Amino acid sequence: MKTSLPADFWGRIVFIIQRYGLSYLKGAGTTLVISLVATLIGCIIGFGVGVVQYIPIEKGDRLYKKILLRIAKAVMNIYVEVFRGTPMMVQAMFIYYGASQVLNLRMSMWFAAFFIVSINTGAYMAETVRGGIISIDIGQTEGALAVGMTPVKAMNHVLIPQALRNIMPQIGNNLIINIKDTCVLSVIGTVELFFASKSVAGTYYTYFESMTIAMALYLTMTVAASRLLRLWEKHMDGPANYDLATTDTLAYTSGMLTTPDRQRSR
Amino acid sequence: MADILRIEHLKKDFGNHSVLRDISFSVNSGDVTAIIGASGSGKSTLLRCINLLETPTGGDILFHDRSILAKGTDIPAYRSKVGMVFQNFNLFENMNVLENCIIAPVKVLKVPRAEATERAMGFLRRVGMADFINARPRQLSGGQKQRAAIARALTIQPEVLLFDEPTSALDPQMVGEVLQVIGDLASEGRTMLIVTHEMAFARDVSNHVIFMENGLICEEGAPAKIFGAPEMDSTRAFLDRFRKG
Repeated sequence: MKTSLPADFWGRIVFIIQRYGLSYLKGAGTTLVISLVATLIGCIIGFGVGVVQYIPIEKGDRLYKKILLRIAKAVMNIYVEVFRGTPMMVQAMFIYYGASQVLNLRMSMWFAAFFIVSINTGAYMAETVRGGIISIDIGQTEGALAVGMTPVKAMNHVLIPQALRNIMPQIGNNLIINIKDTCVLSVIGTVELFFASKSVAGTYYTYFESMTIAMALYLTMTVAASRLLRLWEKHMDGPANYDLATTDTLAYTSGMLTTPDRQRSR
Repeated sequence: MADILRIEHLKKDFGNHSVLRDISFSVNSGDVTAIIGASGSGKSTLLRCINLLETPTGGDILFHDRSILAKGTDIPAYRSKVGMVFQNFNLFENMNVLENCIIAPVKVLKVPRAEATERAMGFLRRVGMADFINARPRQLSGGQKQRAAIARALTIQPEVLLFDEPTSALDPQMVGEVLQVIGDLASEGRTMLIVTHEMAFARDVSNHVIFMENGLICEEGAPAKIFGAPEMDSTRAFLDRFRKG
């Protein structure tokens, strides 16, 4: 292994990878773990907030329900506005240093990272979820109520599964944004991919080479994420074909029916 | 025989527009009541009020002599005794046909899944949809969707079945298959309320016909009387228009 920096671009790239490949991979792993977990938690927060925001306050409701719902909605509105309306990098420092100074709480790097990215994703997802539920035909709710479901059951069995399917592209967007935006966590010392790349770049003054590697790794992760989510969407749509249930003795039909593609392109 | 359902002076306003002005009638066990009338006469709103998808503004609805508009009524429990078939099917898009038919028995009535499946298969066979249990609603034709929706309504074993223009969203060639299924159910002695524009079907399948106009019952009686010798001019005019059309 060479000990001094090669003169040409590709030589330097190979040199960096040989020496620091592992720290790049560790950084990429950290980035991926934070974005996956935070997107998941963010979606859960988003569904919670979005569903509550969707619940209408009606004239006939009991007083305590009205008051409770109004307070919950107001708090959630503030949450969404604050976290959607300020940069994540500033939030990261605000929360991390604020917790230690005001609450005397020393957050671990991991906890701070998950917390900040999750709560940010949640703020964006809340409105997405509300939109996802609103976009479902009112007939679905009526159908669910008509068979005797309570509004909560209708929400769980009919509306949320359909909203989830409707907002999958947006969840994918959020995951990709998170993969990229975790780089702002470097300001609180999270050693993710950008932090790792910057450290290597600083050691040898190889900013271009180091960032080339970082670019390639980020792009690999985001492209893989978007492809995987596409597959999951397809899976959620169910099979394009359905088996005719020929076990039925009254049926003489058999084989597969194919649904034309246009019906699936939603 | 005791009334299953009694509607007393029912009113429904949307803002300052009165859709139902004063509706009273009763439904006995085994009655097949056809509700006819021009578009906008309040037929669908009446049916939706009976299932409480709309909240009436006045009057009362009695189910087995108990008001369902009284405070403390368990509305979901009431709805699970009154099946509803919609104009636009409203099958759950996120489930296949079989799941559509077992979700309510399992999640609402707490029937064990195996028993619910067996029961659902029985109804699906009846409506000729047993082959299609694995299909999602979007993969079915309108007539198939409506037959599956009828099976779904039957799986909660309702005491009354409400049909809200069940064939209005269908292509003409699919109307027949759905009407045949509904006709079969009527001949079993099921209690049904059917809002429909299919006059011949209403005449053949019902034992009581209600003609509505402008939010009021204009005329009601046996099908032979309403379709053969209507008393009111507006009933005659309405039916004449249909015969010409």
